[in-house]
Amino acid sequence: MTATEARAPEDIVLRLRGITKRFGALVANNAIDLELRRGAILALLGENGAGKTTLMNILFGHYLADEGEVLVADPGGALTPLRGGSPSAALAAGIGMVHQHFTLADNLTAFDNIILGTQSLFRPWADRRSARRKLDELMDGSGLRVDLDAAIGVLSVGERQRVEILKALYRGARILILDEPTAVLTPQETDRLFETLHHLVAQGLSIVFISHKLAEVMSVSQRVVVLRAGAVVADLITDETDAAHLAETMVGRAIPQTVRPEMAPGEAILVLDKVCVPGAHGRPALSDASLTLRQHEILGIAGVSGNGQVALSNLICGLQTPESGTVTLHEQAVALGSPAGMVAAGIGRIPEDRLHDGVVGDMAVWENLALEDYRSPAFCQAGFIRGGAARAHARRAIEGFDVRCPGPEAATRLLSGGNVQKLILARVLTRDPNVILANQPSRGLDIGAVTEVHRRLLEARGRGAGIILISEDLDELLTLSDRIAVLHRGHLSQAMPTESVTIRQLGLMMAGHDTETAAHDAA
Amino acid sequence: MDVIEILLTVSFWAAATRIATPLIFGTLGELICERAGVLNLGIEGIMTAGAMAGWMAVYQGADLWSGVLFAAAVGMIFGLIHGIFTVPLGLSQHVTGLGLTLLATSLAYFTYRMILPDVPSPPRIEPFQPFAIPLLSEIPFIGPALFKQTALTYLAFVSVVVVSLVLYKTPLGLALRAVGENPAAAEAQGIDVYVMRIGAVMVGSGFMAIGGAFLTMSAFNAFFFEMIAGRGWICIALVVFASWRPGKALLGAVLFGAFDAFQVRLQQALGGDVPYQIFLMLPYVFSILALIVMSRRAAYPKALMVPYRKGER
Repeated sequence: MTATEARAPEDIVLRLRGITKRFGALVANNAIDLELRRGAILALLGENGAGKTTLMNILFGHYLADEGEVLVADPGGALTPLRGGSPSAALAAGIGMVHQHFTLADNLTAFDNIILGTQSLFRPWADRRSARRKLDELMDGSGLRVDLDAAIGVLSVGERQRVEILKALYRGARILILDEPTAVLTPQETDRLFETLHHLVAQGLSIVFISHKLAEVMSVSQRVVVLRAGAVVADLITDETDAAHLAETMVGRAIPQTVRPEMAPGEAILVLDKVCVPGAHGRPALSDASLTLRQHEILGIAGVSGNGQVALSNLICGLQTPESGTVTLHEQAVALGSPAGMVAAGIGRIPEDRLHDGVVGDMAVWENLALEDYRSPAFCQAGFIRGGAARAHARRAIEGFDVRCPGPEAATRLLSGGNVQKLILARVLTRDPNVILANQPSRGLDIGAVTEVHRRLLEARGRGAGIILISEDLDELLTLSDRIAVLHRGHLSQAMPTESVTIRQLGLMMAGHDTETAAHDAA
Repeated sequence: MDVIEILLTVSFWAAATRIATPLIFGTLGELICERAGVLNLGIEGIMTAGAMAGWMAVYQGADLWSGVLFAAAVGMIFGLIHGIFTVPLGLSQHVTGLGLTLLATSLAYFTYRMILPDVPSPPRIEPFQPFAIPLLSEIPFIGPALFKQTALTYLAFVSVVVVSLVLYKTPLGLALRAVGENPAAAEAQGIDVYVMRIGAVMVGSGFMAIGGAFLTMSAFNAFFFEMIAGRGWICIALVVFASWRPGKALLGAVLFGAFDAFQVRLQQALGGDVPYQIFLMLPYVFSILALIVMSRRAAYPKALMVPYRKGER
């Protein structure tokens, strides 16, 4: 895209000047300047909490900036100020936004979702025919194909995203904001999205691409703006930088590489044999799932969420009982369906939704730390909680795991995501479990906390624990796992040694190809 | 009289349709509210208030149609109250709705007694009279059953068609369904969720009030205490039975009307041997059974009973 750079400055379609937004004492955006050119893809890179989403929500009118102004080019090319705090004004100015969490109504059809709000509410009759024609043209022109008459609820995540983009284009968006668009896509869907985006910018669309994934930013954008702690710390031409430099700029310091030491696996500790778990709508959540987890081993489970991960983790945590099949722990059949029994049997649980299933937000840190064994003699005597012992335990855990909090009495909901995760790690790992179920252990954490989580998991592996790591982040899986299996529609593939698989192959398997075809196609 | 014979008489189906009329209005009203995402448990009270207001307007000298309009207006005011409490203020829809039922019912009785302090027996008005629709009423069997009713019953039929067209064929209906399914999505498309929801609750409450007014201005000619007698609650069940669809709401209301008309006739036929309470119970037993069968797969509006607050996820 050298043509883009050669263009004159009047090609600027969007300019933010001195945008500042405060939430109480927190400065989410601090005097941010930003420019977007016509037909360009600008990546907005930053860690969670760096202020990316806040900035884009200001641009789209969900929030009102405290200071600064937004200038948008009108169809003639002249920059005019945008009225803040109104999504309708942003839509009218040609700004379309695809939120990280889609804003689609599940029970309505794709078509209804797209035309929603585009026709006057007082029009006696919806003009469906001309809307349909316009959409067909749009789909032909953009290459974004979806079944317009299908209810959103039955569409795949990738298809829903296409509906969202079509929705923005249908509205005549000239500037498209994509907030973490690849978070829920398989590698192939991501490639397809990038193709579409390149196609669209060639037609004159301008795109702001929000992400914290370096590889994507490098491959899709022409310019990168890096945000850290609410301020712009770098504005770079993508071709003139590299991923390592971007990572350091984003985090503000050098990042230690996580290395998985070679280790010979020990004996099998957890074995699932042909386990079936019923799911919703009569479709099994897990069908004939078999796996063997050994000591000193991390077994990665790849897959797009919603393909049986919940059932698998519930099963191992004792929250769900299988319809058929057996689960053996240390060569003994386990009585399933009892979470307390599983904890007692030596299973440690790092749940997917840490605030929902991991801690009780309104309870104190020390109470949450004792939550899994408050009935053990260490914390309980004659039916009473030994508060002193539990608090002392909490103080040790806080120090040992570097949980940043005011003290054991602090309410857990006040902790940041990374610190809640450290608290859960402390609770799980101080019990020295021999099986650890880590479900999305680094989701939503900043790089520092992610590194810490990875280090702790590898440490537990070194001590002899077997770890089941369920993750949507393929890089994380490839870094940590000794072997990787793929879940698709409740079917669990054979576990493959990590050295023998590629990202492409995993992507194909996540989309439903079997192991051999995927290996063949990816090669 | 044989049980099967009852089902084959014209007068039975005419009665079923008559009994169904207030239920059609009430169910349509509740359906509109719920499609926008607001449960309206004020329905029982709003029907009582509508029954009183419409009747009182006519008793004070207004003509019948002005009475219907007045009842609808009173219903809409109660709808506005419910809307303000549950939509921008985001209070519990259950608690607000039950409170509204208590308030509207008591206010209706209170107002009635204030205006008419010492009447020994309920005063009467000249209600809507049945009239036959020319060609349609000559269809054998169906004609006299469905098309020799009062004007409000016809209005109920027309309302079902209109509500159905608005919901599925207009931008307004799409916006209404969208705020009940995913208000954040509607807002991102530039639709004002608060205005849509309050508007829907007001219109829905207007329908409920007309349903109440039918009882005092068409079925009977006077206002009694306790005359709504749980019809509002039946409407709430009928909305679920109808899977939130107007056409099925009509079907459900007529079905319930048929059960009710049937039990009255059964009482006459078999009254000697069986306690009459059993018969009174029948329509409710049948509706519970029908509800179990019909509503297993109902796709309820996703955002029903979920208050929407701007800027929250």
